[in-house]
Amino acid sequence: MRSNQVAVVGAAETTELGVIPNMSQLQLHADAALNAIADAGLKLSDIDGFATAVETPQQVCHYLGIKPTWVDGTSVGGCSFMLHVRHAAAAIEAGLCKTVLITHAESGKSMIGKAPRSTAPDSLNGQFEQPFGVYGPPSMFPIPVLRFMKTYGITHEQLASVAVVQREWAAKNPRAMMKDPITVADVLNSRMIAYPFRLLQCCLVTDGGGALILTSADRAKDFPRKPVYIMGTGESVETPMVSQMETFNSSRAFKTAGPLAFREAGIAHKDVDHLMIYDAFAHLPLFGLGDLGFMPHEETGKFIADGNTRPGAKLPLNTNGGGLSYMHSGMYGMYALQESVRQMRGIAPAQVANAKISVCHGVGGMFAASGTIVFTNER
Amino acid sequence: MAEPQRARPKPTPETQHFWDGTKAGELRLQRCDACAHVYFPPRPFCPSCASRKVSIFKASGKGFLYSYVINHRPAAPGFTPPYAIAVVELDEGPRLMSNIIDCPQTPEALELDMKLEVAFEALDDKITLPVFRPAKG
Repeated sequence: MRSNQVAVVGAAETTELGVIPNMSQLQLHADAALNAIADAGLKLSDIDGFATAVETPQQVCHYLGIKPTWVDGTSVGGCSFMLHVRHAAAAIEAGLCKTVLITHAESGKSMIGKAPRSTAPDSLNGQFEQPFGVYGPPSMFPIPVLRFMKTYGITHEQLASVAVVQREWAAKNPRAMMKDPITVADVLNSRMIAYPFRLLQCCLVTDGGGALILTSADRAKDFPRKPVYIMGTGESVETPMVSQMETFNSSRAFKTAGPLAFREAGIAHKDVDHLMIYDAFAHLPLFGLGDLGFMPHEETGKFIADGNTRPGAKLPLNTNGGGLSYMHSGMYGMYALQESVRQMRGIAPAQVANAKISVCHGVGGMFAASGTIVFTNER
Repeated sequence: MAEPQRARPKPTPETQHFWDGTKAGELRLQRCDACAHVYFPPRPFCPSCASRKVSIFKASGKGFLYSYVINHRPAAPGFTPPYAIAVVELDEGPRLMSNIIDCPQTPEALELDMKLEVAFEALDDKITLPVFRPAKG
């Protein structure tokens, strides 16, 4: 795909984030969509392309009253929205549609109008993982981390520092769920969830949603907001079974999607002003920094513990506070994208001065899928 | 009140041989007749070269502890926390998820790379799970 031919012209989250007991999951989709449409200065009838995950496109389109000529229901977990951005950019370039709305919403906390996740006993996960006591992401996502730590000499303190640094960012963000400062000791003394991870190394569980609107870069200049261009994109999947990853020393999906997006954007790591790495759990930024090629995996723990991703430091990472402190409805990728767009528009609560290139890297499932988007505000 | 039940696998035509094997006290893997690749989970073709000519064989049951978590909360139905959820790398190459028995469920006792050997735990008269214990000697 060619760089900078498609732009984000509308972006918004749900009016409220956190605990939203007065809205169903479907209404959260609508709330985010209507906010994004207003942000873009559009009418519902202007939308001719639509993408969403978990809920079906037909469900959300019918509820909103949208009559699309292009739809994408790719649903590969929390990075589905990165894949939607990539697919939408290709579709707009190919002339299949002009204006694409991407929605995410999840009643992850209140569980209103949300189908419970279940694993069929005759699926491969149902046969070869579920019987051994996995029960939700906290018992599965951290399974690779002890091997990763041993291979690269990463310490418990370094993994705790991920949560500490992200809380520093969250403190600058009025919409973050958790804003009180924490220390490495606080993290290492918090309640054990699944060794080696404790409560403060696991994502929040909240309600919310977000929506993006994309159109061609040529049209984007006529919209009220500063366009944010899609400079590079990548995607991949590996396995739905965490036990079957090729290795626990890296993520094959990350190593495919990330470098693909960098190559397409034609950028080097030193060009990155702002970085989002989906942090459902504290080890993900370490996998991401290594697999995206910012540094050898061995250096990732020390890099974060030494403060290199803090406010004011050289590589601002997860500047909304991340899934650990901002919010995490279950599929956080949309919120990472929203923060990248805010940073590129120059309106983020913890704005990185003069940021011109933002890399937004997502994970789906337990390292099952990945999507990476490189944004820029210069064409 | 009945105890909550541990999740019970339901075999498919492609995996039946594996579950027949565990019931018979064998850990069965598959090997590609064309390229010799050994793989898991079961399927009637080679995921490396796509050959449909594959053979089922009895694995050694030996391996080592590749990684794990010790789950505290929430606990899966039928499990009493804390309990380890382990990934074992078999001598033949494939890895599989399992539990570690005859070993304290602590970071001190569960050392990465420790040698393990398979054991079998019957859930009922149809399903037997492969679990692992520290290898003797």
